[in-house]
Amino acid sequence: MVTKILALTAGLLVATVAIAQPAQLEVDGAWARATPGKSDNGAAYLTIQSPTADRLVSVSSPVAKKAELHTMSMEGAVMKMRPVAGIDIPPGQSVALKPGGEHVMLMSLDHPLREGENFPLTLDFQKAGQRTVTVKVEKTGATGPESAAQR
Amino acid sequence: MARTASTTRPAPSPRGSPRFLVIAAILAGLVILGTGAFLVVALREAPHGAAGTPLASAIGGPFQLVDQNGKTVTDGDLKGKWSLIYFGYTHCPDACPTALNDISIALSELGAKRDAVRPVFITVDPERDTPEALKSYVTSFDAPILALTGTPEQVGKAAKGYRVYYAKHPESGGDYSMDHSSVIYVMDPDGRFTASFTHESTPEQISERLKKLLG
Repeated sequence: MVTKILALTAGLLVATVAIAQPAQLEVDGAWARATPGKSDNGAAYLTIQSPTADRLVSVSSPVAKKAELHTMSMEGAVMKMRPVAGIDIPPGQSVALKPGGEHVMLMSLDHPLREGENFPLTLDFQKAGQRTVTVKVEKTGATGPESAAQR
Repeated sequence: MARTASTTRPAPSPRGSPRFLVIAAILAGLVILGTGAFLVVALREAPHGAAGTPLASAIGGPFQLVDQNGKTVTDGDLKGKWSLIYFGYTHCPDACPTALNDISIALSELGAKRDAVRPVFITVDPERDTPEALKSYVTSFDAPILALTGTPEQVGKAAKGYRVYYAKHPESGGDYSMDHSSVIYVMDPDGRFTASFTHESTPEQISERLKKLLG
């Protein structure tokens, strides 16, 4: 009897996990910080999840002349930002682009990003192809898509 | 085996001979110079001394800069209040907004005591960060940030005093980002280094420390 219950529970758990995995690559929670002052650079962050291995190879947006993938690294106390050629998406794992790490760098913005604004961002994946998402602009010092919970 | 006196090889200098002593002195001198040079360079890096230690006194120094309203500000002008000093630049997408936001939140957690602390932002990118650029930059943050810039020489002197490393990193299209030490310095009302945080510290860590220091 116990064995049957255990087997059923295990089966349910596996099924739940399987259902929780997206059937295809998904991009969620895209947000950006409002750009302070006259800065014409901005950063966008988002989460990617894919059932199969993939690689984010390029990004673009109509609001920026150039969009690249960058990462931040701290070497001792020194902060460095560098472009990366692509971001690997391992299967079944959530890859989060967030402050302090990898992010979409938007350069030569055609206008400062203001809190409350939305803009489109297109991501090119090696296997999954293109995904376009709507990026929500949060406060300059925001650490996450906080206002998403209130909407 | 019989020892044969060789006439072709000169006898090696025994210890204590003048030539050996000269060589030893030169070598010792080089070692001392080398160690000295190494120490000078090593101490130039950001020291990790606790407040009050000799290394701590290596942080801070005289500077003359210009604020976001075009007014001259020197290190002397900061005395009288605690200061939270962060070096960054306005085109910085990540570390600087995070640090300034952390500072703003930390100060708001001090309640009435927040007026005893002055938040200061010093640019490492004087080329692009004019007083006007700094003025519109700091309005994005909820704190009365004093933003400072100057000539490259003036900025260089201030950064050197605070052991802040910074360098241009060219990007495609003629743009550039700045590599820079990302440290929030806590200076006491006499302008002495007391504590430091990074932009990865939480606002709570900063406000808790400030509460203890403000008493």
